[in-house]
Amino acid sequence: MTHGSPLATVVVFHLGPVPVAKPVVTTWVIMLLLAVASWASTRRLGLIPMRRQAMLELLVTAIVTQIEEVIGADARPLVPLLGTLFIFLLAANVSGLLPGVQAPTAHIETPAALALIVFSAVHVFGIRARGLFGYLASFARPKLIMLPLNVLSEITRTFSLMVRLFGNIMSGEFLIALVLALAGLILPIPLMALELLIGVVQAYIFTVLATVFIGAAVGGETGERAAASS
Amino acid sequence: MDAKIISIIAAAVAVSIGSIGPALGEGRSVAAAMDAIARQPESAATISRTLFVGLAMIETMAIYCLVIALILLFANPYA
Repeated sequence: MTHGSPLATVVVFHLGPVPVAKPVVTTWVIMLLLAVASWASTRRLGLIPMRRQAMLELLVTAIVTQIEEVIGADARPLVPLLGTLFIFLLAANVSGLLPGVQAPTAHIETPAALALIVFSAVHVFGIRARGLFGYLASFARPKLIMLPLNVLSEITRTFSLMVRLFGNIMSGEFLIALVLALAGLILPIPLMALELLIGVVQAYIFTVLATVFIGAAVGGETGERAAASS
Repeated sequence: MDAKIISIIAAAVAVSIGSIGPALGEGRSVAAAMDAIARQPESAATISRTLFVGLAMIETMAIYCLVIALILLFANPYA
């Protein structure tokens, strides 16, 4: 085994009584880089976009259109959460390809935290859109007998959101490490390209699924159809 | 046979048998999506987005097996 159990984490240092593990440090660095990059790239915005601003607008518009197509309603209240989620996941999944860095999403704690954020966001947006009782009543549809299944699916889909991201990224890193240990120089490169693709696709899927879940809770027509098909 | 060897075999069996079903399912759904895109190329964007979400759902089954295998290999309570 090249880097031991994928379920174990390496503690780097202790912050008082709290042990700080390696994925946490990586997450902090990614957060810092993304925050500084966002601040720097939105510092001087003009009415006529320069090259940097045009790229930024392209990214934000693409995210907004994607969300709008999924939920079929105004996407602007969701953009801060889902856009941040997507950009963070993109950076986190791809960061595993840098030498010496392990993707924070390859350890189960980071996907668990992100899935919990999505889990809470679904209920917050649902209650905000329908009111507390309207939202609670939506669990008993189409019939009251569906109530336990709806509650159960609420939990299992959050769990599978976590496990999907963790499983994909971790198995990719594991595969690369294994091939690197077996046969040295050129062979891991196509696998790393594949891992790049998988990282981007998983970031996209995580964000789209979060959008679908929130859309279903908010209760647009499209959202319900998407939730029924998933 | 001690518990360690049994869990290694169980992990291999879990992944190998557990990935048969999702593989067949993903193949069917990709084939159906290809068919749909060939018939209606203008709705390719919607079809491929739904395909990706559906593939993620199907793939979850295989990943559950992977997680079971990992638990058996690295966090086994019996070995």
